Amino acid sequence: MKQYDAIIIGAGHNGLTNAAYLAKAGLDVIVVEKNDYIGGAAVSRELHEGWIYSNCSYVCSMMRQALHRDLNLTRHGLVLVPYLGTVGFGDGDRPLISYHNADASYLELRRHSPHDADSMFRFQADLARYAQLIRKTLLRTPPDPTSFRPRDIQEMLFLAKQFWMLGEREIYEYMRFFTMSAAEFLDDYFENDLIKAAMASPAVIGTALGVYSPGSAYILLHHVMGDVDGNIGAWGLARGGMGAISTALAGALQEHGGEIRTNAGVERILVKGGKAIGVALEDGEEISARIVVSNLDAKRTFTQIIDKDDLPPGIYDKAKNFKIRGSSGKLNIALSGLPKFTGVPDNRYINRGGQLFAGSLETMERAYDCWKRGRWSDDPFIESVIPSAWDPTVAPPGKHWMAAFVQYCPSKLADGPWTPEKRDQFGQTVIDKIERYSPGFKDLIVHMEVRTPHEIEAEIGLTEGNIFQGELTLDQLLFNRPFPGYAQYRMPIKNMYMCGSSTHPGGGVSSACGANAAREILLDLKLPNTVPEDDCYDE
Amino acid sequence: MTNTEDRWAGERLMESHFHPRQAALNLRDAWSSWNGYKFANYYYDAEYEYFCIRNSCGTYDICPMQKYEITGPDAEAMLNRMVTRNIANLKENRVTYVCWCTDEGRMIDDGTIFKLGPEKFMLTCGSPCLAWLRKSAFGFGDVTITDMSDETAALSFQGPASCEVLKKLGLEGIETAKPFDIMHFPFQGGSGKELMVSRTGFTGDLGYELWIAPELALDLWDALYDAGDDYGIHPYGEVATNMARLEAGFIMPDMEFSEALKTIHFQHDQTPFELNLGWLVDFKKPHFNGRRALLQDRDKGPAYKLTKLDIEGNKVAEGAYLYSNRRCTQEIGYITSAMWSPVVKANIALAMIKPEYLEGDIWAEIYYQKELRQYSKVAKCTVKNKPFWRPARARATPPPGL
Repeated sequence: MKQYDAIIIGAGHNGLTNAAYLAKAGLDVIVVEKNDYIGGAAVSRELHEGWIYSNCSYVCSMMRQALHRDLNLTRHGLVLVPYLGTVGFGDGDRPLISYHNADASYLELRRHSPHDADSMFRFQADLARYAQLIRKTLLRTPPDPTSFRPRDIQEMLFLAKQFWMLGEREIYEYMRFFTMSAAEFLDDYFENDLIKAAMASPAVIGTALGVYSPGSAYILLHHVMGDVDGNIGAWGLARGGMGAISTALAGALQEHGGEIRTNAGVERILVKGGKAIGVALEDGEEISARIVVSNLDAKRTFTQIIDKDDLPPGIYDKAKNFKIRGSSGKLNIALSGLPKFTGVPDNRYINRGGQLFAGSLETMERAYDCWKRGRWSDDPFIESVIPSAWDPTVAPPGKHWMAAFVQYCPSKLADGPWTPEKRDQFGQTVIDKIERYSPGFKDLIVHMEVRTPHEIEAEIGLTEGNIFQGELTLDQLLFNRPFPGYAQYRMPIKNMYMCGSSTHPGGGVSSACGANAAREILLDLKLPNTVPEDDCYDE
Repeated sequence: MTNTEDRWAGERLMESHFHPRQAALNLRDAWSSWNGYKFANYYYDAEYEYFCIRNSCGTYDICPMQKYEITGPDAEAMLNRMVTRNIANLKENRVTYVCWCTDEGRMIDDGTIFKLGPEKFMLTCGSPCLAWLRKSAFGFGDVTITDMSDETAALSFQGPASCEVLKKLGLEGIETAKPFDIMHFPFQGGSGKELMVSRTGFTGDLGYELWIAPELALDLWDALYDAGDDYGIHPYGEVATNMARLEAGFIMPDMEFSEALKTIHFQHDQTPFELNLGWLVDFKKPHFNGRRALLQDRDKGPAYKLTKLDIEGNKVAEGAYLYSNRRCTQEIGYITSAMWSPVVKANIALAMIKPEYLEGDIWAEIYYQKELRQYSKVAKCTVKNKPFWRPARARATPPPGL
């Protein structure tokens, strides 16, 4: 039987990245994927003729450009296009428009609150400073703070130096920032409800926390530390949908001789004498390899596809208790025309980017209250984007599609399991809310895909439908991700690694987890490191 | 005030035939100038407009570009004597890229020649060229040179959606136009005026250039923008053009080369060989201007060679010097244009490098500023032989869908 050098379980973007780097280093690799398409949560699918949905993730800002460049993803068809003009809708009449031009943006803020317009400068500078530090850690393996190995000590010193360079005051601020709530953090800068709500929205996206929950401030940072071509905090779209990222990564992998097998779900990781030796597929076939890399989330990996008896004590429980709560749903809506929004001038720059149906911090917190009680929010927080207004390839000319990300939506309902009827009721709640701000919106709908955490888990295997493969709170970040002592991509079974978003630096389409894991594998195999370590923004 | 005369009239720039529409869209009032015309640097946001070229489609005003009609039985011979490339084989309704040189073989300008009839040509170029054309026509009997620059409205229309939009505009068969083909279409039915379309451009992407009588310029604009509305059509200016052409590896006057007739120092201008345009020089054809000097230059080898560089890191190497070692002790050349390429995600540049150093290490000493502080770094450069951006759609006929 053929033995591969490495099997990667799951053809999501991190799995493909990991495989591409291993193949590039000369290893014989195979990626096995349970679905009949690749991409995991970075996919483009045509569910309604003529419309290409990015079914799951739909915008991109965290993709590490060093990896994009190094793997020649552009040559493999990836083009990332920035989009402009997000509008925040509050409980009042006048929306908050984010203009692309700094002066126009300042004037708009001043119309809402002169104080906040001023304060925005300090807010942006502070965020940029925090983000700068985090960004430096993205393509590095987190050090083990309890280890005395030279490499760990060196990395700890690197971190300490970065902290120190922030200045004394900022070190205190940073510790506060990691643990405080988004609402408290924003109170220090802003007075206007809508501005606060709009700024708070990234803090709760993908997370089962409310804007008043401790720890939510960090998630805000996680969402703004990305960039498009150095424009920090900017968001982009992958031309042709998010699947273009996976296709390009697959192209890079195949360029280096790697294989991909779809319709090949893994039943079990095979372990012999404490070492991973391959996988058994759902159809009974066994594939053997020197190394097994799981791109599945930590909970799924250790509770579903590994025999409990093969694990050292404690790991199963850690995995079982890994915090990976589903909190969001998504609607993909095919539209016969461009929706118009009340109070938003109809021009190509601001009627066509993103919309935040944020309300106020109070509204957002009430939406979270529903989740806590096992219901979807009856007045949800929605972040939507109309990619077709920027990318001519994803809908027929003149037609559009809207991606609407919705919080909150629990993976388990208090009144019994999810059913198609409940799913549709949830969808209805969302479009009812959009219709409030865009009269006539419903008449434009020609097709709609509603995804609750239940669908997300069933289809792409993210436990509870958590988009980050595990929540981004301090207890599960850096050297604690996924578990303390296992943050360097090596898992408790020998020759087994993890490369998904359950590992450092966490969720988002960044390719960083997969690349970092590849670096560790190459190190263990005593092969030269070919994985970039720096995105060199802040040099 | 009784006197309503504009006291600054003499200082004001001319307005292009598309100005009324372009002025309305220039939200930033970001104007510069080109050959006396008011000309947009950008309209809304340069990077956004750059992405229209790479992702959807956009228009670029080429009214200020110089256009000369050269007609008569001796037109072809005269042009062939002037430019370095052999245009004797140029077919009707085809365009070719050319350059022309002084007697010393130094490049005056580059441009395109359109063959519109057996004895009818159009030469386009960036800078005024009438005087040189007249000089070049000396000794040729039957040539008429007419400056059509102000009497032609021209609009470059580039981007992956450009062909689709032109089809929607009703230009039947436009998808069969090969690169450098010219096609003619009736415009507005009975007007008797025609729209000329060439599959040319300066972006390295799929694109066309539209040529029409000035009185129809605004009608063309409106029809094009109507057809392109669902395809993200947007005007772009000098900044986006400069980004796109650098990715395509195209040269720009005053960046890569100093026009010979305007250059004071005898070594500050360039030969076509230095600019990698040796393929435009045809020594097999009858005598042409600069031939003898160019033969010498070819045999001796150029002093510098235009080179495409991929530079590590992301600090743009604008104005950087190049060295053969990291300690920067041996200077080997200089950067002419540099940028961060948003589509390729690479730090790219064009540079003039002494050929004898091309095989060795190349390092750029880059200066950059961060919050008023100056920093410098020395970055490793890799020579690239192909354009940074060269999508298949730019050459495919018919072009693929969006």
